[in-house]
Amino acid sequence: MISEGKKRIWNEYQKEIADDHYFYVRSCVRQNFFPGSEKTFLKIMQHELGKDVYENPSHTTCTGIGYHSDIVPFETAMTVIARQFALMTEAGYENLVTSCITSFGLYSEVLETWHHFPELLQKIRMHLKNATGREFNIPKNLAHASDLIYKFRNNIAAKSTNRLINKQTGKPLKAVEHIGCHYSKMFPSKGVGGAEYPYVLIGMIEEWGGEVIDYPERRHCCGFGFRQYLVMANRGYSIACSRKKFESMEPYKPDLILTNCPGCPMFFDRWQYAISEMEGKTYGENDHGIPVLTYEELSGLILGYDPWDLGLQVHQVAVEPLLDKIGVQYNPLEKYQGIDHKDLGKPNMPSILKFY
Amino acid sequence: MKQFGYSINPDRQIDYDLTDKSLLSFIVSFEPSLLSCISCGTCTATCTAGHFTDFNIRRVHTLLRRGEITTLKKEIQKCMLCGKCQLACPAGVNLRNLIRSIHVAVEKFNV
Amino acid sequence: MGKSVIIIGGGIAGMEAAARIAAMGKEVILLEKSDQLGGHLRKWDRLFPTRRKSDEVFEYLSNGLNDKVTIRLNIKINKIKKDDRHFFVILEDGESLKSDALLLTTGYDLFEAGKKEEYGYGIYDNVITSADLEAMFRNSAEIKTSGNQKPRRVGFVHCVGSRDEKAGHLYCSKVCCVTGVKQAIEIKEKQPDTEIFCFYMDLRMFDRYFEDLYYEAQQKWGIQFIRGRLSESCENPDHSILVKVEDTLTGRPLKMTVDLLVLLSGFVPSSDTNKLADMLGLLPGSDGFLTPVDEHFRTNETQVDGLFLAGTVKGPATIENTITDARSAAISIIKYLEK
Repeated sequence: MISEGKKRIWNEYQKEIADDHYFYVRSCVRQNFFPGSEKTFLKIMQHELGKDVYENPSHTTCTGIGYHSDIVPFETAMTVIARQFALMTEAGYENLVTSCITSFGLYSEVLETWHHFPELLQKIRMHLKNATGREFNIPKNLAHASDLIYKFRNNIAAKSTNRLINKQTGKPLKAVEHIGCHYSKMFPSKGVGGAEYPYVLIGMIEEWGGEVIDYPERRHCCGFGFRQYLVMANRGYSIACSRKKFESMEPYKPDLILTNCPGCPMFFDRWQYAISEMEGKTYGENDHGIPVLTYEELSGLILGYDPWDLGLQVHQVAVEPLLDKIGVQYNPLEKYQGIDHKDLGKPNMPSILKFY
Repeated sequence: MKQFGYSINPDRQIDYDLTDKSLLSFIVSFEPSLLSCISCGTCTATCTAGHFTDFNIRRVHTLLRRGEITTLKKEIQKCMLCGKCQLACPAGVNLRNLIRSIHVAVEKFNV
Repeated sequence: MGKSVIIIGGGIAGMEAAARIAAMGKEVILLEKSDQLGGHLRKWDRLFPTRRKSDEVFEYLSNGLNDKVTIRLNIKINKIKKDDRHFFVILEDGESLKSDALLLTTGYDLFEAGKKEEYGYGIYDNVITSADLEAMFRNSAEIKTSGNQKPRRVGFVHCVGSRDEKAGHLYCSKVCCVTGVKQAIEIKEKQPDTEIFCFYMDLRMFDRYFEDLYYEAQQKWGIQFIRGRLSESCENPDHSILVKVEDTLTGRPLKMTVDLLVLLSGFVPSSDTNKLADMLGLLPGSDGFLTPVDEHFRTNETQVDGLFLAGTVKGPATIENTITDARSAAISIIKYLEK
């Protein structure tokens, strides 16, 4: 590997990321999949970095799931997104940041469409006005939340209590980074580092002391693919995609998988369980899986947050081996306790995949 | 093992590093002219069997070259050895002997 | 005083045109930007399809340059002006050269393979270009991987930067197919245990004896041809390269490990050609190469009176075609000067 070659490409794909004052739009599914992630993002941005991040409770889905499942027509999607822009404009913000990769992709697609077809923008303005009486400005800056964590990765490192270093051996932890397809495959210039060698997550891993694995199936999709997963009969396709990636990364012995999409961590995490039950195969050490984290969860660990506050107990692949390597302090007895020690209930144990 | 209502799709990708080329080497030693194939498809265009079954001698041969041999025995039964393919081939591949070699090979290697 | 010609570009076309014009008694100034004549020819070991040493062609071209030819190396051109009868080529240091006719033989550049990011040139150690491989032949070196091992398997990728809308080059570069086949055979000759695969879209073996070379590659050397364009290459843990391609003739995606991957980079208009065309008011064709007044009958003349073109400045061409075209330009120029 010639690292200079990658740096040359990364230099060609530097996007502008606003410095402060963001209007934040959430993901439809992440609060179910990884309930601590968005809260952690807000905590880091507002309390650690002192940034102004505003969210409006009346914002809705961007319709991305429906759009990519062929249920919601593009014009409807554009009008719904125009409404989010109206909420942003009314609140006095100009920079929009999305939690979801598919939202980021769809927002980018809508802005690009309006850029090339201004008459469509006029039409959507009219639709929104007729339907809601609202008007809007186009955001000056559109970013994905992982762009912001990337931008402030040094500030996070400066405040960190943990690093991606194996406490026992002193060696960097090996991380697989997986970028959501809709982050930069459609518009390479909208993603930090482009589409072939995206840098957004690599930047975090390297800054926080870890080592990135470049494995052959790095570019392959996790297999979520919306309509593939949503129809149960098609899930064999979805799981086959994830397995292809696990088989490819396994020889490198990764300590964790880091993601920036709602679907990818969900499927990497859950499919490892499903594969273990279907084929008896596990991909981590000693019948463990490979822990899968969102970038917010990883940032939280680096900043020394309690893993159970980050929501790591809802992962299907046990995160404890990773926590032990990093040297994160945690109380195993509190794993299934919610706020005020409320008992969350303990899940059934898998038959093969080791879980705590 | 748990039943989830679906199974893991098999991979359609040919993994050339893992496929079995021993049959190919054996057949090439019998009929080296198959190396001259230019994949033009003239053989398949004229093939009697290919007009009434899904037999495609050009594709069967290409799959053999990749080491994909699981369907070879079944496929090769469809040929009637009429020899029209050989008559038409512009690259001088001895197709009748190729097919006979494949018959010998699938028995020998018990494919 | 006799009439004179300035030739810009001291590659094959420039050298041969200079020799022919000088042989007919005209003064020639041959300008070259680098510190040696011969252009891309100097980077070749053996040429297709004859397998002749490139140095023999260079020697022939050099021998043609008699005392009527003034060779100027390391030249940077600042400006070109023209009045009714003369061209004035003004160099960077202010020196002005005057001539009655001007011939552009500024050739081509090799497509920068790193622009095809997905192929990993400049990123993965064992991805090289056909020019890098030719340099290994020229140094009589063993063909080795970055880990100093003999490669067990080598892949050749055809059409890198050619026939590619995303690379900005829709045209075929013509000579890459035969270059790949020639190089594949040469690896087999040196290291017969190597397995070789060529990944192609169409094999364009258009010229005399090219098809024979392809036949030899298959029949004699067992070089294999897989019809499909690489989607990407990746690095395995041992630094070998995993390539992904559709094997279009079986209709299946295919992956394969190669120890060395050779990218057959295509031709692009040279950066100097673009600059000079701007100075001279020449409009390039849709492919960026320069175009003569008539592509059948006036193949070396331009819209500018007294300004001529020869060689790969007009698009991809073989060495044989380039030499022939340079002679044709020489005839047109002599005819123009004697008008």
